[in-house]
Amino acid sequence: MTEYNFAYLDEQTKRMIRRAILKGLAIPGYQVPFASREMPMPYGWGTGGVQVSAAVLIPDDTFKVIDQGADDTTNAVSIRRFFEKTAGVAVTEATRQATVIQTRHRIPEEALTENQILVYQVPIPEPLRFLEPSEVETRKMHSLEEYGLMHVKLYEDISKHGAIATAYAYPVKVEGRYVMDPSPIPKFDNPKLEMAAIQIFGAGREQRIYALPPYTQVVSLDFDDYPFEASKADHACDVCGAEDSYLDELIVDDKGGRLFMCSDTDFCSSRRREGHVGAQGIPYGEDAA
Amino acid sequence: MQTQTLEGGFSNAPVQSARAFREIMTAMARPGVITALDGARGPAPLSQAASVLILTLCDPETPIYLAPSVDVPAVRAWVTFHTGAPFVAPDRAQFAVGTWPELTAHDFPIGTPEFPDRSATLIVESGPLAASGAVLKGPGIKTASALSLPETAAFQRNAARFPLGLDYFFTHKDQLAALPRTTQVTTCM
Repeated sequence: MTEYNFAYLDEQTKRMIRRAILKGLAIPGYQVPFASREMPMPYGWGTGGVQVSAAVLIPDDTFKVIDQGADDTTNAVSIRRFFEKTAGVAVTEATRQATVIQTRHRIPEEALTENQILVYQVPIPEPLRFLEPSEVETRKMHSLEEYGLMHVKLYEDISKHGAIATAYAYPVKVEGRYVMDPSPIPKFDNPKLEMAAIQIFGAGREQRIYALPPYTQVVSLDFDDYPFEASKADHACDVCGAEDSYLDELIVDDKGGRLFMCSDTDFCSSRRREGHVGAQGIPYGEDAA
Repeated sequence: MQTQTLEGGFSNAPVQSARAFREIMTAMARPGVITALDGARGPAPLSQAASVLILTLCDPETPIYLAPSVDVPAVRAWVTFHTGAPFVAPDRAQFAVGTWPELTAHDFPIGTPEFPDRSATLIVESGPLAASGAVLKGPGIKTASALSLPETAAFQRNAARFPLGLDYFFTHKDQLAALPRTTQVTTCM
């Protein structure tokens, strides 16, 4: 007997995680404590997301993992292989074909459907943590709905920089009640948090799970005179020409040459397959190494 | 009775509980959706859906309350053998199983302001579930959905206590639906 239990974790652990997920869905935006387990990968590599995925996967699933939008980075490849091996699930890089998507720091460009589940890897789940280091205090602040400190932080951004400078992990308010950290996604992705898919957030080291049921109201915090703005680099993708996707800036030589490219690799390559070419791009099929 | 106690569990627990949980999670995330649970069957009068819920979610860490209609020796023995969940009074229960009139007669933990998740989940054995009757709105529901609830006032009171409150599963034979504390319930139009 050398096989793993289905999806690696033992059954009692999965039950504990599943109970936390259900309470998370019942109290959207509230961080449910859970007894996070040691996983065969270091903290910071997505142990929270992996535990949530292990608790929700079924054998018929098609699993996709992205890291900053990319399917082919070390972290994404190793987590995908982990569940290929321990749960025997099919894997894909195509957003549309996936039923469960585990993500680090991005929401796919393509709108997700009711039949999909998005699992986030979360480093620091507590949005107030950098303002108040004590868990006892932040817990009290959530219970009293005392979020003035967060608005002071955003106000200080404006007074220092002339605009809200927070560009990622931009705090949101869920259903008018809990202030939540959407994980370090760029604020460009914040409007997509209101979606048709189930979203579950797992923080392994910090031992918290939280969730957003489909169509949950998620509002990015802002001020009337400084409204929230989902910003991105002011360019089109140099590879596929997309003007509405979130871009990574790449330095391509040591003479200062640079290139903007979709952070969502599946989105970018699907567009290239459809024939779109960016300013520095090569038509699809002509770049075969 | 001995064999009845041993039978009716999952034959392949890791896979069957994963499939069951996906249905359970879908029900909780999309209030009003009626789904079906199979894979396990506890002794009468426990419904199939309630049996699968108990096997999927309960273990020695989850105190459970059995209301009189399901608190029969066969059910007790079955739950103990398959889950090891301790039986407790309503005020200490994390899960409770029974009919609606039985469960409304008690106060269950609704969580604390700092830990609203420390609240009970009620498994309400019901008549046939249908997507009609009370109108549901809230997280998980695009515009509105409908569900045959036993009443509306209790669920309105429960939602008004948010973020504290109880979360409900409704079961009939293999049918399952859920109602989290966030759902706003109104009577049918």
